[in-house]
Amino acid sequence: MAKGNKEDISVSPQTMQRSKKNWNKKAIDYAWGYFMIAPTIIGLLILNIWPLIQTMYLSLCKLSGFGSAKFIGFDNYIKMFHDKELLKTILNTVEYTILSVPIAVVLSLILAVLLNTNIKYKFIYRTLYFIPVVSTPAAIAMVWKWLMNYDYGLINYILSIFKIDGPNWISDPKFALFSLVIVGVWSCLGYNMVILLAGLQEIPKTFYEAAEIDGAKSINKFFLITIPMVSPTLFFVVITTLMSSLQIFDLIFMMIGNTNPALPNVQSLVFLFYRYSFFISNKGYGSAIAILLFMIIMIFTLIQLLFQKKWVHYE
Amino acid sequence: MKNSDISEKITIHTILIVGSFIMVLPFIWMFLTSIKSLAVSMQIPPVIFPKEIIWKNYVDVWNKLPFSQFYINTILLVLFRVLFAITLCSMAAYSFARIKFPGRDLIFMIVLIQLMIPSQLFIIPQYLIVVKLAWLNTIKALVLPGIVNAFGTFLLRQFFLSLPAELEEAGILDGCNRWQLYWKIMMPLAKSGLVALSIFTAIYAWKDLLWPLVVNMSIEKMPLSAGLANLQGQYTTNYPQLMAGSIFAITPMIILFFFFQKQFIQGIATTGSKN
Repeated sequence: MAKGNKEDISVSPQTMQRSKKNWNKKAIDYAWGYFMIAPTIIGLLILNIWPLIQTMYLSLCKLSGFGSAKFIGFDNYIKMFHDKELLKTILNTVEYTILSVPIAVVLSLILAVLLNTNIKYKFIYRTLYFIPVVSTPAAIAMVWKWLMNYDYGLINYILSIFKIDGPNWISDPKFALFSLVIVGVWSCLGYNMVILLAGLQEIPKTFYEAAEIDGAKSINKFFLITIPMVSPTLFFVVITTLMSSLQIFDLIFMMIGNTNPALPNVQSLVFLFYRYSFFISNKGYGSAIAILLFMIIMIFTLIQLLFQKKWVHYE
Repeated sequence: MKNSDISEKITIHTILIVGSFIMVLPFIWMFLTSIKSLAVSMQIPPVIFPKEIIWKNYVDVWNKLPFSQFYINTILLVLFRVLFAITLCSMAAYSFARIKFPGRDLIFMIVLIQLMIPSQLFIIPQYLIVVKLAWLNTIKALVLPGIVNAFGTFLLRQFFLSLPAELEEAGILDGCNRWQLYWKIMMPLAKSGLVALSIFTAIYAWKDLLWPLVVNMSIEKMPLSAGLANLQGQYTTNYPQLMAGSIFAITPMIILFFFFQKQFIQGIATTGSKN
């Protein structure tokens, strides 16, 4: 919390005199405080806190359709250990995340560093890289599905010019996950780049000037000044990319779809959650999957927080 | 300028141009496909620029699905989410940042909890609420989870904390009450924070697919994202039409982005730095 902020203006020394009038003033202030947070807090309690408790409870229940929930203890969780499809889904989600996060972060950092140099027409590049961020993922997924089409896709055609026999990007179980990584990384580059660029611009120019006087090369400047100075922003980008990768849904829903033979090899936890909760209508198991997803996200976040001490430098 | 400087600049431009090409190519291909006939779109080798431009795909898609309704639904969804975010978040954020009432930090934990937990954990109970209220297939259902916005409350709280206290003290001397301090003094100062939050909320609502799929299965009440999913479900292989539908779905936001580029980019940068 920010120190030195005179948040409690009303309790400055003059008003501390215990006159009844001032006490009233304070009570009115409290009342305003509660009144102004009330809509948000009531909303959060109804729409988030209560649902959270309910999801935890539902994960211990058997419930199909609109019928009432029947408490079954930890059966859903026990079932998970024998559910091969679920285990494969966890692996898919983790694999997708481990592949896409480093690629996305490194590429967006390179772009941000290049855009932070003294070149012309920066804003044009920045605009072009940002377009995917404002585009509907459903549309992005469809055009990539078309570009990656085995028979008529542009990508395989370009590969064929170089005498390469392009794979079946979407339906080949060996390639489908990789294809998702390509599209996922492509979609989030602009967002990460803009945030990193803002972080880079806060590094004082004098740091680089001093290093130049000492005769530092560009590559040294990058690792000794840029990376440490931008590390808090970089950490934020890593965490947000990680979270969104673990929660991938749209691309799988739109690019792969229910009938694709590669689905078992690429479907994510959120996709399986959606299928169980709203397709198969087994909301108890669906809730258990949501809780599992949360625990996996927590594990990844904790790992990041532990590693953070090693490379993130706060001023 | 030294020679090495020039060659360095040429290298940077080359990398950035190749990158830009990769970023833009899918959109160009989307458009080029949308103006081809089905037969031309499936020729090998692919036809880059069709000899005959076919606008009919746009007409056909517009007639097959209620796109005008998709637009209205999406605009309402975005509008209400942004309105709720601006009013409720700023009120709560002001209170959390500026008024020291008992239990404040404890209550703020509720905001942090929502912020840290993935939204999937709320979806089933939220869906059950919608069912109970008989709100399935309504705009209300689309807006519902976005009425309160923990991220926005957090963002604006940081923003209010960063404003100097002197600004408010003058208002207190003038006898303003809390509401006047918030509405007349702080809100105008928080404009850039509010713009950032609006843009972030709008993009998020615009792109959301899972929630609309869950609550609005009736085609008349779908936003663009779910509408596109429906289009693909019905016409799996007619890519010229699918691409025409995609162009319909992405154009409004891209036009908005071109007009308000500075605000978009600063807004996104702010959401990054405030955390």
